[in-house]
Amino acid sequence: MTEVYLNGKFVGEVENPIDFVNQVKTERRKKKLSHNINIAYNERLDRIEVESGKGRARRPLIIVRDGKPLLTEKHIIQLEKGDLTWSDLVDQGVIEYLDANEEENALVAFTEEELTPKHTHLEIDPLVMLGLTTSLVPYGNYNQSTRLNAGSKNQKQALGFYAANYLVRMDMDVNILHEPQIPIVQSITHEISGYEKHPAGQNIVVAVMSYEGYNMEDAIILNRASIDRGLARNTYYRPAISEELRYSGGLIDEIGIPDKEVKGYKSEKDYRFLEDDGIVYPEAEVAEGDVIIGKTSPPRFLSSMDEYNIATNTRRESSFAMRHGEKGVIDFVLVTENEEGHKLVQVRIRDQRIPEVGDKFTSRHGQKGVVGLIVSPPDMPFTASGITPDLIFSPHGIPSRMTIAHLIELLGGKVGALSGRYIDGTTFNSEKEADLRRELLSLGFAENGTETMYNGQTGEKFQAKIYVGNMYYLKLKHMVANKIHSRARGPIQLLTRQPTEGRAKEGGLRLGEMEKDTFVAHGASLLLKERFDSDKIIIPVCENCGMIAVHDEYKNKSHCPLCGESVEITDVEMSYAFKLMLDELKSMGIYPKLQLKSKY
Amino acid sequence: MEELFKEYEDKIPAILLEELKSSIDKKTTKTQLKKMLEALYEEYLESMVEPGESVGIISAESIGEPSTQMTLNTFHFAGVAEMNVTMGLPRIIEILDARKNIKTPMMEVYLKEPYNKGKDIRKVAELIKETKMSDIIQEVSINILEATITVKLDRQKMKDLEVRDSSVKRAVEKQLKSGQVKIEGDEVLIKVKSKDDSLNDLYKLKEKMKSIYLKGVKGITQVLPVKRKDEFVIITAGSNLKDTFKLEFVDTERTTSNDIMEVYENLGIEAARAAIINEVYRVIESQGLNVDIRHIMLIADTMTASGSVKGITRYGVVSDKSSVLARASFETPIKHLINASLVGETDPLNSVIENVMLNQPIPVGTGLPGLITKVKK
Repeated sequence: MTEVYLNGKFVGEVENPIDFVNQVKTERRKKKLSHNINIAYNERLDRIEVESGKGRARRPLIIVRDGKPLLTEKHIIQLEKGDLTWSDLVDQGVIEYLDANEEENALVAFTEEELTPKHTHLEIDPLVMLGLTTSLVPYGNYNQSTRLNAGSKNQKQALGFYAANYLVRMDMDVNILHEPQIPIVQSITHEISGYEKHPAGQNIVVAVMSYEGYNMEDAIILNRASIDRGLARNTYYRPAISEELRYSGGLIDEIGIPDKEVKGYKSEKDYRFLEDDGIVYPEAEVAEGDVIIGKTSPPRFLSSMDEYNIATNTRRESSFAMRHGEKGVIDFVLVTENEEGHKLVQVRIRDQRIPEVGDKFTSRHGQKGVVGLIVSPPDMPFTASGITPDLIFSPHGIPSRMTIAHLIELLGGKVGALSGRYIDGTTFNSEKEADLRRELLSLGFAENGTETMYNGQTGEKFQAKIYVGNMYYLKLKHMVANKIHSRARGPIQLLTRQPTEGRAKEGGLRLGEMEKDTFVAHGASLLLKERFDSDKIIIPVCENCGMIAVHDEYKNKSHCPLCGESVEITDVEMSYAFKLMLDELKSMGIYPKLQLKSKY
Repeated sequence: MEELFKEYEDKIPAILLEELKSSIDKKTTKTQLKKMLEALYEEYLESMVEPGESVGIISAESIGEPSTQMTLNTFHFAGVAEMNVTMGLPRIIEILDARKNIKTPMMEVYLKEPYNKGKDIRKVAELIKETKMSDIIQEVSINILEATITVKLDRQKMKDLEVRDSSVKRAVEKQLKSGQVKIEGDEVLIKVKSKDDSLNDLYKLKEKMKSIYLKGVKGITQVLPVKRKDEFVIITAGSNLKDTFKLEFVDTERTTSNDIMEVYENLGIEAARAAIINEVYRVIESQGLNVDIRHIMLIADTMTASGSVKGITRYGVVSDKSSVLARASFETPIKHLINASLVGETDPLNSVIENVMLNQPIPVGTGLPGLITKVKK
């Protein structure tokens, strides 16, 4: 007797498990049972598991009987005419959905050719083994699987046209690509997913060659002429949000131009773009430090004494200003209320981004790289017909990564661009490379996609023939403008007096422990000391008790709070962090006594 | 001639003088030799590390940098018996921490003449391998009512391992210490003394019976004879130098273990130092990396300088540092600060880290002007 479980609960037993399972399946295909039911016979545990609950991943397959798929030519003709829909096929029992458990009992063929009488199902297309983004990689079956992974990851970071209503949205960190195009070399997924409604790249001319070493280590070289004509430009949008918060005691934030008496008032110049309501006007060209939304807040701590003290009752400045190193144009101003009914101001800032050295680009095959050089058009290599490439890609990226599809796409792109049609590069089901080559030959080009090219700087002919063609390139959201950072002097932390950390806080670049070790290894003792001088401090120390003494600037005299004025007090240089540690030890009741001695 | 050598005895290491001695011939004149010795002395001084050089950090960097590139951490022995050996970074960490129980202890047992010539080498190897009761058992059954354990012996295996009935009986009686032992044909009958023992105890006894030691060297689980040049060496999984040295056919002068602590306990601190150098060097070499042996020697020296093997851990070498701040900056700072304040410890600020913490010049390289010039007191 075989036990039967429905959604994990025991419901009964059956005599003949295989017959039972088959019967359920037939009933289901005849629509007598719900399509949502899946049944599987677990031979090892000798039990039948029936599932009808939600949350199972299921996928459609064509049912096969006696080695013949139930989906016939007739169905396809009807489908094309529109007489038949997908759900009709499911209802007719031609296609059924299997869950992971039922799949264990099935034998699924990838293609019609490999069908045997043993098979129970047929894949609708071998492409279904890939996910959505991965199936957007053309000629994916010519790539190593790791590259497909990298390629699909890169595509998710590409700039494009993410939503048609972006102009009325207030999204964080949005990029819109100017003049996006749909790829010449496509896969069927592009059609199915409506890629033409949200494209994310541009078709450009790529030459596979090196150029003065500026495309080493995956770097790429761009043609300035292409950039000037608008290649890979995008607009970057970032909102500034500020709201009037309410505090205890009936105090409230106030959006408006702050008074000069306000604590933390910046300078008149910083508020120059604000209109009377304290908000910038649209199309103002703002830069670092400019205030976008003026706001003042009530004093932070209101002790009982302060209520009678008018002098301390000043408000604080809490405006929203442009961050360090950022610039832009005010795009859109929105004044509304938030959920609690407080005034909410949202201002969208726009900034045009033109490709520059350091921006990241990629093809769809995980061949990502950073712009290493932008070359002016006369210096660019050109073909016999006078074509200059938009982008130069280094051939060293190919052998170790084995992205053959990258090369085929280039060839396909060339054929497509020359003959004015789209190339089908669907994984497992693409136009044959040999056909592309033949077509290229008939178009009057070398069959292998190479062309004679000339050095743009000297005019000399290159000895090697250069592989040039068209490819779909994507600009990725990692742009230098958002990442570049340097500092000579800048803000420090209150507690340790050491430089702040991170780009957002204009922080310093840490010379870490291992970097310190290299200085030690070189014996560069004094250089190391100088590098760590960022929190250096000179402290008077009482030689009698070894504690920190006090220097009275007014009298220009030092005294020790413990031992008085008649003791020797010496100035000692140390790091503030160490002084902090001494203070912390003291707070724990530990007496850290400094015994002074000349170092040498 | 001899006096000339004598003159330089204190200045140049003996090994260099020996080398020079062997390379000169009768034609060499006294003036020539003098010049040679002078040149040698100069060269020797040149090759010495300069005072104020941070040898420790340089060693640490020289070993640390290539260890980041180590990937594979096991090494497989080809042969009848499959053996894995910890290699790569895990092994280096194991050595430098001076672990008591290492992951894969191994010995290389060299044999005396004529045993090392390969005749009956398998048999010799089997003598080293530990044989337990479980190795010769075919089947075990428990009779709960009678409170007996019946063990069916594997005669073939016993013959291979040269285990006799009498020795089995003796071993079981001696090591189990409970009940009578009888051998009837292929079966060993163990009768427990009192019937009151619970079933649980009977099971425990059964498990204990399986691990009874019969013969060989304790702790040696596998043996593998390997040909090295013109002799045979036995590589073992498991290490027990003490008992191995008791075997008369073992060459005690060349046999080693990869267990540093065991080498130290049986062969002394100098052997342990040599073992550390060899083991670390072997790992680095096996990864195809190139580290100067002097860096490894420095590490081995610091680990063994106190007379016992100390790991580079907060319990070992680091705990010996004189500076409170240096110890506190390594691991468990609170413990060190509390203990230092309890006894009123003084930190002389003589080493690197303390001075980095205080933003003072560190006493290496340019931080030691006193080496070249007189500085004001």
